[in-house]
Amino acid sequence: MAHMQNASQISKQPGTGGGPLAWLTANTLTGMRRRKAAMGYLFLLPTVLGILIFTAGPVLVSFGLSFFQWNVFTAPQLVGAENYQRLITDKQVLTSFLNTFRFVAMAVTTQIVLALILALAVTQKMGRFFRYYFRSAFFLPLLMSSAAVSISLGYMFHREFGVVNYYLTLIGLPRVPWLNSSTWALITVMIAYVWHQLGFTFILFIGGLTNISPEILDAADVDGATGLRRIWHIILPMLSPTLLFAIVVSVIGALQVFEQPYIMTRGGPGDASRTAVMVMYEAAFKNLEFGYGSAITVILFIVIMLVTMAQFWLSRRWVFYQ
Amino acid sequence: MRYRLGYWIGLILLLLFSFVVLAPFAWVVATSLRTPAESFSVPPQWIPIHPDFSNYQQVFERIPFWKQIFNSFVVSGSIVLGQLTTAALAGYAFAHLNFPGKNVLFWLIMATMMIPIQATIIPVYILMSRYLDLADTLQSLIFPALPTAFGTFLLRQYFLTIPRDYEEAAMIDGANPFQVFYRIYLPLVSGGLAVLAVLSFNGHWNEFFRPLIFLVSKEKFTIPLGLFDLQGYMMTGSISVVLAGIVLSMIPVLLVYLVGQRYLIEGIMMGGLKG
Repeated sequence: MAHMQNASQISKQPGTGGGPLAWLTANTLTGMRRRKAAMGYLFLLPTVLGILIFTAGPVLVSFGLSFFQWNVFTAPQLVGAENYQRLITDKQVLTSFLNTFRFVAMAVTTQIVLALILALAVTQKMGRFFRYYFRSAFFLPLLMSSAAVSISLGYMFHREFGVVNYYLTLIGLPRVPWLNSSTWALITVMIAYVWHQLGFTFILFIGGLTNISPEILDAADVDGATGLRRIWHIILPMLSPTLLFAIVVSVIGALQVFEQPYIMTRGGPGDASRTAVMVMYEAAFKNLEFGYGSAITVILFIVIMLVTMAQFWLSRRWVFYQ
Repeated sequence: MRYRLGYWIGLILLLLFSFVVLAPFAWVVATSLRTPAESFSVPPQWIPIHPDFSNYQQVFERIPFWKQIFNSFVVSGSIVLGQLTTAALAGYAFAHLNFPGKNVLFWLIMATMMIPIQATIIPVYILMSRYLDLADTLQSLIFPALPTAFGTFLLRQYFLTIPRDYEEAAMIDGANPFQVFYRIYLPLVSGGLAVLAVLSFNGHWNEFFRPLIFLVSKEKFTIPLGLFDLQGYMMTGSISVVLAGIVLSMIPVLLVYLVGQRYLIEGIMMGGLKG
């Protein structure tokens, strides 16, 4: 420990080690250092101030508000843990959180596995046209807004008039009540979500795969590792940092799902596709219960933090850094 | 020989899957060109034989489409310009300036990337509507989006790739510290600025959650909210008009993508590789 402190002190003082001009150099250096420090604070001011006002501050206020009852029209009323007590007995909130977890499990697994297969396939040797075509094709949905995705796929999955059911009946399968059944609604919402987000994960994996050094792959070739063994023992371990990042980002995103269920199903039928952000939105901005809404966001925030930390903790077992 | 067979099977499967992924686009465009009476009829007509452009005209009659497109440009454009400014300044400070507390500040800012928008939206809404008198304005969407932890991190990574020696050389030539930043370093990270600009434009053009909460009047809506509103009108009528609106709303994003696709893809990859 003492070693490291010494080392860092020395490295902070370059060019001041003795000589007749040492005093002069040191002095101009501190002058410059001061100017650069002032400039550093000045440059950070907009970002730091903005984050204090619009992110850090509001998180604390949200936490504070969650102990109040407030409908904007009357004065806020301190109610202690009442919002939280109500929350754990509120069936709709419980259902919506369970739906969200189910959604995350389904959406993230589908997204990661599909994107991985596609990225592995597309990075094989193939012509430049196909390479470009596949990259653009899988990326294109990302350019649509989630509102546009939800509206159009909502029509396509319509029980009576939807094009999806038309083709199902064409090949002799029964119509599926996609958005109208409590078993299918969340799955349908998930399909729309994954269709939209797939390109993001896909591009991430292409980046990770092209970054694997060719020497290692050549060495694996020489050792006779081919096909699935090559993927499992060489490529996946090399890709694991990208994989971790993709999983963490996808989980955080999917925990916040809102537009697709809000537009496609309104949370229904019943509460079958209602998500955590939807009940928070309804509590705060439909029923104007800001305290209760804040309590829901606090829980959601804690869930996101815990899940993310757990993933980093678990990652020590499977992520391999070069 | 076995390898070649596998290659062709793989390619065909990949092609089939890409058709499934692209099918909604084809369906949206084809159906937007059908007459209202036919808009719901099956089987779907993938290639419009008698395209009916009246749906596109209808979009402009049902919602203030131009106004809403303009609003989207104002919001996304201002946010892009603002983020480029704040993130370039902060990214440069973290990469090339030394000052006490630098590391602590850096990690505090990075930590805010984990905070979901929902955890801040209620206080920000109250601040905008009750204290700043900005309810139902585009500014209420723009201001909170100007500081960007992600953008700061991204541009810091770009600034770090540029050697510090350039600074001394410029100082000897008589440049002041701000000129060093603005004239020497900023042009050298133009790739990073482009990455942030394209990612941010795409993200905010498509944003739905905040506009849904902050905007009330149709003249203030951004285009995703306008489309949602248009769908509300059309519950019983023709879906072709809604789909025509969706096609129109995608044109600006497609143009940005065609110009900046390299940067968009690079930006996503940078997140994964250096994150």
